[in-house]
Amino acid sequence: MTGTLLSIRGLTKAYPGVVANDNVSFDIQEGEVHALLGENGAGKSTLVKMIYGLVKPDSGEMTWRGGAFAPPEPKAARASGVAMVFQHFSLFDALNVAENVALGMENPPSMRDLARRIRRVSEAYGLPLDPNRTVGDLSAGERQRVEIIRCLLQDPKLLIMDEPTSVLTPQEVEILFQTLNKLKSEGTSILYISHKLEEIRTLCDHATILRLGKNVGECVPADTSARDMAELMVGDTLQTPTRTTEKTGDVMLDVSGLSLEPSNPFGTTLKNIHFTVHAGEILGLGGVAGNGQDELLAALSGESTTWPDAVKVKGEDVGHLGPNARRARGILAAPEERLGHAAAPDMSLVENALLTGAMRKGLTQNGFVNWSGSTAFADDIIKAFDVRTPGSDRAARSLSGGNLQKFVIGREVLQDPEVLVVNQPTWGVDAAAAAAIRQALLDLAAKGAAIVVISQDLDELMEISDRFGALNEGRMSDIRPAAGLTIDEIGLMMGGAHGMEVAHIDEGAGA
Amino acid sequence: MIKLEKRPQPSRALALATPLIAVFITMIAGGLLFWALGKNPFEAIRTIFWDPLFHEQFASYSRPQLLVKAGPLILIAIGLSLGFRAGIWNIGAEGQYIMGAICGAGVGLAFYPSESFLIFPMMVVAGALGGWAWAMIPALLKVKFGTNEILVSLMLVYVAEQLLASMSLGLLRNPEGHGFPGSRNLKDYAAAHNGELIAGTGMHWGIVAAFIAVIFAYVLLNRHILGFNIRLTGEAPRAARFAGVNPTRLILFCLGTAGALAGLAGLFEVSGPAGQISIDFNVGYGFTAIIVAFLGRLHPVGILLAGLLMALTYIGGELAQLMLSLPSAAIQVFQGMLLFFLLALDLLTNYRIRIAVKGAA
Amino acid sequence: MDLSAINPVLLIASLMVAATPLLLAAIGELVVERAGVLNLGVEGMMIVGAISGFAISVETGSPMVGLVAAMIGGALLSLLFAFLTQFALANQVASGLALTLFGLGLSALMGQSYVGIKPPTMAKLDIPVISDIPVIGPILFSHDPVLYIGVALCAVVWAVLKYSRVGLVLRAVGENHDAAHALGYNVVRVRVLAILFGGACAGLGGAYISLIRVPQWTEGMTAGIGWIALALVVFASWKPWRVLLGAYLFGGINVLQLNLQAAGIAIPVEYLAMSPYLITILVLVIMSADKSRAPASLGRIFHASG
Repeated sequence: MTGTLLSIRGLTKAYPGVVANDNVSFDIQEGEVHALLGENGAGKSTLVKMIYGLVKPDSGEMTWRGGAFAPPEPKAARASGVAMVFQHFSLFDALNVAENVALGMENPPSMRDLARRIRRVSEAYGLPLDPNRTVGDLSAGERQRVEIIRCLLQDPKLLIMDEPTSVLTPQEVEILFQTLNKLKSEGTSILYISHKLEEIRTLCDHATILRLGKNVGECVPADTSARDMAELMVGDTLQTPTRTTEKTGDVMLDVSGLSLEPSNPFGTTLKNIHFTVHAGEILGLGGVAGNGQDELLAALSGESTTWPDAVKVKGEDVGHLGPNARRARGILAAPEERLGHAAAPDMSLVENALLTGAMRKGLTQNGFVNWSGSTAFADDIIKAFDVRTPGSDRAARSLSGGNLQKFVIGREVLQDPEVLVVNQPTWGVDAAAAAAIRQALLDLAAKGAAIVVISQDLDELMEISDRFGALNEGRMSDIRPAAGLTIDEIGLMMGGAHGMEVAHIDEGAGA
Repeated sequence: MIKLEKRPQPSRALALATPLIAVFITMIAGGLLFWALGKNPFEAIRTIFWDPLFHEQFASYSRPQLLVKAGPLILIAIGLSLGFRAGIWNIGAEGQYIMGAICGAGVGLAFYPSESFLIFPMMVVAGALGGWAWAMIPALLKVKFGTNEILVSLMLVYVAEQLLASMSLGLLRNPEGHGFPGSRNLKDYAAAHNGELIAGTGMHWGIVAAFIAVIFAYVLLNRHILGFNIRLTGEAPRAARFAGVNPTRLILFCLGTAGALAGLAGLFEVSGPAGQISIDFNVGYGFTAIIVAFLGRLHPVGILLAGLLMALTYIGGELAQLMLSLPSAAIQVFQGMLLFFLLALDLLTNYRIRIAVKGAA
Repeated sequence: MDLSAINPVLLIASLMVAATPLLLAAIGELVVERAGVLNLGVEGMMIVGAISGFAISVETGSPMVGLVAAMIGGALLSLLFAFLTQFALANQVASGLALTLFGLGLSALMGQSYVGIKPPTMAKLDIPVISDIPVIGPILFSHDPVLYIGVALCAVVWAVLKYSRVGLVLRAVGENHDAAHALGYNVVRVRVLAILFGGACAGLGGAYISLIRVPQWTEGMTAGIGWIALALVVFASWKPWRVLLGAYLFGGINVLQLNLQAAGIAIPVEYLAMSPYLITILVLVIMSADKSRAPASLGRIFHASG
């Protein structure tokens, strides 16, 4: 370490109604892996957008190797040596790998030279990638490689990684860390954004912790316990969900031989999926994003229909039925995407309550809507799930992520489902809301419902599942009891390293 | 620096106010246009918006015209608005209007000179079916093959216009018309004539149908689950699928209803104010209705008011043509501007405009 | 009926002329749609181009100045669309319709004193010897310059989209505007420029009808060619060379039906006249099976938050 690369002093950025960053200061040293730790909504993304020139701070300043640093746009940041791997990839599905890489570079060489350089760098860092492949056909892990290689080709001084492991299997995480350590040994600084404490303890030299936009502490992760970091991050001690283990009952949901072509060109085909879920049981389904989670939820909710006997609820064929017919038979679902899928953003909470509740709550009569009944149902959800909103007449989009998610889950739970399927129930939700949602799912199971939780958060799945399975390229792994599974076993169920190689670390600086 | 900020909640007050503001700005811009054409802008605006209703000499003629012109506009716009709300873009109402007229008049003329009281009801049914069938072409193609309904419905307008020409020169030509193009005049055929219901008001069955359509659409959109599904599909198509909406049925319903209503408008027009099938029977109601639908914010009551306003510009335009020799195209430009300003101002409903002082960074 | 009156060489030569306005408008719209914007106002921009070009060339006596004026006219009208959709974030379908309705009215207003006038004629390419070669001469070497510009434009658009940085950025913006924004590209600027290009092309296409193909001014003379151009972009799966192919195909159908009308074939004129529209529908149906090539952000509103 030869000095400070980037120094941040008093950065502040406010949006209407919320201060995203409030007087944040910290330093990143040369050749250091610096963690930025915080919950969802703590202001991490806004902070890195300011460093990358996408957002201008209201006040405060940054210095780069001692000189003033205020990139007006990403181009300027890239010229200084900042590169960024986005959480939601900034990739173009219909373009090929080389074109995607070229778009992230200031002065890209000719396509043929670029393809050659992509091959060379990808081999040097153990991230094999064919420059001519269409990005839409790549797996999530491969897509991340495109982003990383796009950054590496610019010889960055500072590499920003925003939640990079959320799309990787444990084995792929291992390989990513080796790549990052190799970069560090070559003198590149890395700003590593995450809310996963163990990762940060393994990888990072220094950590800055954000809470509600403020810098609430710094630490050396290797010398600090995960518990202490968690408390700094969350602000108080959290209630861990409690569960009363019950004996599980009859088979409620029986999926057998479920195969399904995706409805969009870059979707995943479901291939011969089998599993059963019993009353009172929670089945956790892990897997890297884009391995068939959305398609499985659609096949269970009734948005996609298949052969009648591919999906059975309490022994009755429902595979050919649409969403409302399935709701009538007791199987409910909550999709991952809150705005636009689980809820209509511009419609009121009353209307959103009607959206799935019409059937089981009897909110229509001869097709005419019972608005007072719908309002009462919406108010019930708001009350039972502590949804923070001025009233049920508010548009869904005016709610925070956590509150809307509580509403969406609550809407299904309060309809007393016999089978409930949820996808990413706590994604992008603050810790308190996440804990409440998990508790609600556990309580529902305790009352005798069969629950399927699809999630990419392995900690969450281990915490609440009775049995665990994983989706990999549209196929289902064996389903095994969750208790006693090791992280390695889980990783292998998720598909291992998806053909990645370990970085050729000994070959030295080949790039 | 001007910045747009999304409102957490669409503003209701502005949703109501923007059409009025748009009308007001259009009057100013239109005044400038008329001034550029060498007319006195105040006189022109007064002639268009005031004289048709209150001019001592012309008002008695033009006041009933208000309903005559507004009827088809409202009827068509109500149908279009259902589709527009669901994100289904039927812009071929002009063609459906023509087909309704051809089918309705055709049925009536087929029975000439029968005096049965069943003739007119049969014509009404045939008119609705004609428009419905014409709209079913883009609907079925969209449902079966995913073909773009905008282009198909529009292409069918040109096809319908050719059919209209063919009909007025061939099949439906008046055998006693000395070879002139155009059908028999239904005004002289009592059983098929859609005359004034109350003398001097312009009120005919088409206007009654338009009012019924407004009430029907209001109840549908606000009280019925089908209306809810239409709105849901337009705002969040994925959420609609999740809620259990069948998109195929929705497309067929929206396009079919729009077609049937446009067909009815055509039938009431041909059997009433127009009187006969002729080459220049259609005058663009199907396209103006698009403006009416947007100006009314796709809301039934809004459409009712917008239809009356747009009818006023038609009549006022004719009056201005007569009195000030203002070219008829100027009115078309005026109507186009109205839609522009409305779309531009729509922004205010969902976004807040902030003027930020630069240099804070 | 006398089909022998139809001369195949003249037929091909005239189908190229009939195809050119379609080609110009469609290639412009293709660029707009590849940038992720659906501008349904092609018909309006064409007709405004038609009258602008006509009026200016009558006033100046120069068809070339007229063509430039047509491009400016089309671009100015498209600027309204750009403002509505890119700054006021209005719905693109509604804005495009508004543009067409407004354009039809505006052109009628502008063209009032130009009805029945003959415009100055544009010189045709006439290379001694080469233009006189039988068959090849009339087909390839004796047209007006705009026809060649249309074909050249098609080639240029193809090359730019495929090989240049500008083309790559344009396609990126059309595929995923959020990602393009995150990488620091100015989505709105790219789109506004594409819309202006589309407007200029449509304007030129319109003027080709009023100055070269017909040549005179009548109200509503574009008669749906702008809409067919939109269908053509779908037919071409957003590929420039297929736009050329499609334009010549449609041009051929149109010229053929006009020739059949002239030859007095036993099909009523009205049914021949509706054939281009029916064939457009047929083609749309056939092409709608393959939707994967549409730019992914097509028609979606972009607003950079934060």
